[in-house]
Amino acid sequence: MGFCKDLENIFLGREYLKSFNVIDWKKIKQEAAKKLSELGMNINVNRLVKYLSVGEQQMVEIARSLLMDAEILVMDEPTAALTEAETKKLFEVIRSLKSEGRTIIYISHRMNEIFEICDDYIVLRDGRFISQGKINEVTRDELVTMMVGRELKEQYPRESVPLGEEILRVENLSVKGLFENINFTVRKGEVVGFAGLIGAGRTEVAKTIFGFYKKTSGKIYLENEELKINNPKDAIDNGIIYLSEDRKNDGLILKHTLKENMTLSALKSISDYIGTIYHSKEKYLVNQMIEKLNIKTSSINQKISKLSGGNQQKIAIAKCLLTNPKLIILDEPTRGIDVGAKNEIYKLINNLKKQGIGIILISSELPEVLNISDRIIVMHEGRITGEILHEEATEEKVMLKAVGGE
Amino acid sequence: MNLPEEKVTKINISEFLLKAKSLIGLVGLIVVFSILSPRFLDYYNLTNVLRQTSLNAIMAVGMTFVILTGGIDLSVGSILAFSSAITAGMLKDGSPLIIAVLAGLIIGTGLGFFNGFVIIRWNIPPFIATFAMMTVARGLTLVYTNGQPITGLGAAFGYIGNGYIGPIPVPIILTVLIFAIGYYILKNNRLGRYVYATGGNIQAAKLAGINTNNIILFVYSLSGFLAAISGLIITSRLNSAAPTAGQGAELDAIAAVVLGGTSLSGGEGGVIGTLIGALIIGILNNGLNLLNVSPFYQLIAKGAVILLAIALDKKESR
Repeated sequence: MGFCKDLENIFLGREYLKSFNVIDWKKIKQEAAKKLSELGMNINVNRLVKYLSVGEQQMVEIARSLLMDAEILVMDEPTAALTEAETKKLFEVIRSLKSEGRTIIYISHRMNEIFEICDDYIVLRDGRFISQGKINEVTRDELVTMMVGRELKEQYPRESVPLGEEILRVENLSVKGLFENINFTVRKGEVVGFAGLIGAGRTEVAKTIFGFYKKTSGKIYLENEELKINNPKDAIDNGIIYLSEDRKNDGLILKHTLKENMTLSALKSISDYIGTIYHSKEKYLVNQMIEKLNIKTSSINQKISKLSGGNQQKIAIAKCLLTNPKLIILDEPTRGIDVGAKNEIYKLINNLKKQGIGIILISSELPEVLNISDRIIVMHEGRITGEILHEEATEEKVMLKAVGGE
Repeated sequence: MNLPEEKVTKINISEFLLKAKSLIGLVGLIVVFSILSPRFLDYYNLTNVLRQTSLNAIMAVGMTFVILTGGIDLSVGSILAFSSAITAGMLKDGSPLIIAVLAGLIIGTGLGFFNGFVIIRWNIPPFIATFAMMTVARGLTLVYTNGQPITGLGAAFGYIGNGYIGPIPVPIILTVLIFAIGYYILKNNRLGRYVYATGGNIQAAKLAGINTNNIILFVYSLSGFLAAISGLIITSRLNSAAPTAGQGAELDAIAAVVLGGTSLSGGEGGVIGTLIGALIIGILNNGLNLLNVSPFYQLIAKGAVILLAIALDKKESR
């Protein structure tokens, strides 16, 4: 919608027509201006939407949905990009819609808003209905428990390893618009878990340490030396590696072979000074990894699009390990893979700990991040809201901090 | 642990059969033309075909690299013309042969580098960036030559296009050399892996620590450089740099790459296929000439062959 004007956006699909199906722009402009001023927005309806701030864009979208004159309005995280003032205006609009007798389904992870604007609640978890009731009959803690409330029956083979010296220290790291003032350390053999809701900024922090995003301020120290990292190549050369949360889109090259994928980040160590690849060394290293990580494939020249998600993920991890990292950032390492492969990855994490590698584990699966990490850092909307030791961590504590509560 | 060798070979055979499809097409063409025209197989005609094919084949190597990164280079024909004109002009002005040749090569490489620069710095799609260069370089050529061919370039310069090493014409030797280097880079050098990765999934390539901007600069520079080499050969052969040289050459180069099975979406293919593709186009042109088919119909035949090849390829991958 970025290239449309406000008014075109608001009326998309519902244009007022004059005779001969000519669009009545005059009437559209008047109506658009009216709807936007109802929302307390004073913006030029002729401007392209892409020049508006994200919050303003959001308001335009809300104006559009109001124009539908719908009986039921579903709002999915409508305030995610809004400022507090804009949120207030939105709530006024919601209240007036309510008084007109309309129904609003309000999806949000923000506890404050839910208690402010909602009458009833429904809790869903892992795609299943959990409970329903009146907001004034439930407490915030009860709601969080319902959101978490799973039983910890899965196997987490966590081994304790004596921690070594500090390997990574991040000081006041900020990227404008993504996250700010991030401070934490990682020690050798330590797993530091990052918990938080999707969009809390965990992946962005990781990718900044890895040099994929440019930091706006702050310092990163590896083994007490400040790092100058401009791109992922610098990070890899310094011994930092990042496992992507999205192996299909930016983790692996699905149309290439297992071998080509696995050695892609480590080609320097298996080629000579003009770049000629030592094919036999490459083959040896790849086969070694296949055995170590128990990867099931018919050949090292297999196209990886033909392999299962678990095997693909193991290849992505092998690719990281082949760079001989000092610090490895695992972003959702068990997403979308079966229980067996998950277990193998947890055991692998234990092995890495024993080798003295520092590990950052980003996971949206609470039990995983709680049980595998030595320390859990919780993020909410681009800030660290808490740091909890493994021994003291409960799902409720983490969840409460993840939704921004005290 | 080592995986059974047997399985590895099996996959290589099926890979070979996939590639062999264009090879079978090439052999088929040779058989048909040698039956239809007795002159087709004689030594003179064959070296002639190869010499003519070499012009397109050399450019097609650069085009293969570009297309492997998921790009396209429409400017090779115009770069060929401009770099040739520079070399010819300098020779006319009495510059030493080596200097004039180097100047042409530098101009070609530089214009290619500029293509890459525009693509990475201003984020302009390769189609548009090289399309603009195609027009600009052609215009520069016309300005520089004043629209007239530059002729009379001296006997020494003629060696590049007309000379022999043993019984083999120099352009053919150059072509073989360029293909060998291209094959080495793509198969045995990490640079090649980076080229494939950039075209296979640029985001994944960046996260794997590859400086994809440098790779893109490299492939367009290479394409410009090879266009200039091709320009040297044709200028030397004709003893003249025509302002209209290389018009439509980009399409023949792209056709050779595509016939050779390199995917236009990037990340898959290679120069062996491109060599076969260039030979198919060269032999088709030559054979139809021998059979006195009008050039008008030749265009139709060429288009039909390209369409057929791609259709077969799509059917295979479905």
